[in-house]
Amino acid sequence: MLLPGPLKGMFRSRGGQPPNGPTQPAGPSRAQAALRGGAAAALLSSRPSRGLEEFFTYIRGRCGLRILDMGGATQKNVTFITDLGHKMYSEDFLQILNDTFGADGTTEQSNPGRIEYFLKQTLNYQEGEFDGVLVWDVLEYLSPALLTAVVERLQHVVRPKSYMLAFFHAEDKVDAVPFYTFRIGAANAIEVAQHGVRQPAQLFNNRSLEKLFGRFESVKFFLTRERLREVIIKA
Amino acid sequence: MWNKRRDEEPQRPYNPQAPASAPAVPSPVVVKKEATPVSSMSPARYEPDNRGGGSASIGKAVKIVGQIFSNEDLYVDGEVEGTVEAMEHKLTIGPNGTVKATVKAREVAVLGSIGGNVEATDKIEIRKDAKLVGDIKTARIIIEDGAYFKGSIDIVKPEPVKAAPKPAQQAAAAPHGNQVSVAAGATENKR
Repeated sequence: MLLPGPLKGMFRSRGGQPPNGPTQPAGPSRAQAALRGGAAAALLSSRPSRGLEEFFTYIRGRCGLRILDMGGATQKNVTFITDLGHKMYSEDFLQILNDTFGADGTTEQSNPGRIEYFLKQTLNYQEGEFDGVLVWDVLEYLSPALLTAVVERLQHVVRPKSYMLAFFHAEDKVDAVPFYTFRIGAANAIEVAQHGVRQPAQLFNNRSLEKLFGRFESVKFFLTRERLREVIIKA
Repeated sequence: MWNKRRDEEPQRPYNPQAPASAPAVPSPVVVKKEATPVSSMSPARYEPDNRGGGSASIGKAVKIVGQIFSNEDLYVDGEVEGTVEAMEHKLTIGPNGTVKATVKAREVAVLGSIGGNVEATDKIEIRKDAKLVGDIKTARIIIEDGAYFKGSIDIVKPEPVKAAPKPAQQAAAAPHGNQVSVAAGATENKR
């Protein structure tokens, strides 16, 4: 079966045909290289995104909103958001995660002191500061303790009735997932650049995601053809 | 035979004070208040793209703590703490430059590192491998892949161009020549 999008190579390798066995987890050096943008040439593809479309539906027609992008600053995202008349905030969440815990430092991610330090580095904002958050897929790389703390902090920094967009891989068992950067191509399309693979800290299904965002008002899922869950969370 | 060899040698005027290949003559730099060496390095070592004619530069072995006001383009490849203002000009932070300061300029290009808020009336460029942590206020922004940015971006549309002022007004408003003013609390040459 031919699948469009950046994941088609991954599915091919997971279909049982690879001669060298299952995909190996990403080593720290590879993940670090990916975070620094030093991995092999990124695979860039564009695909429709219902989640992004929903996100922009909620903020369309309004001006001067504060939007946080947790995927690091890219020209396309900055241009798109600011052209809509909004103020953009940028956090290179995974880079700070990497700096704080190491590229595969999930063991340290349960240390309360380090969690507190990490949150001061990356989500140190006032209550209700943001009208929308583009979370992308960064939550997949957090161990349970850190993830809970980050979600609580996100709930603190977003304004009530505002929206967040997050991506999660829909695989049940996987050692490594493609490491992406996401760029806004249009209000309903994203460009995905792959920079190798990275080991997720945990995987989610619909039920676990509903539980994770249980304190938010609502959670809405869109399953893409690439088996990626696009999740709209209303605060 | 001997005469021929002499003929092949490049002819140089005898001038024991000047080096054989003199660097480009730097633009006049006026330093107000404290006499502070603005640069300890030859400007010829910088990339041509990063220094226009008549620009001042702060070399990578120089550290300035205090306020910098520049009336010409400024290239910072050293360390600056405090404030940097080049309101009508371009400020370039070189690859070795580390600026912990509030920055105001017409145009800002970052190849090194800035920690502080940046206001650029025209545009700001954050190049690959550059790092900027702070809030940005500008009319246009360019961010290359591989750049690190943490902070907010506020795009301020430029005000509509007003009618051209009369020549007399223009002359009055013109800066009195190129100058860089350094009000430094401390200056340290790390070489």
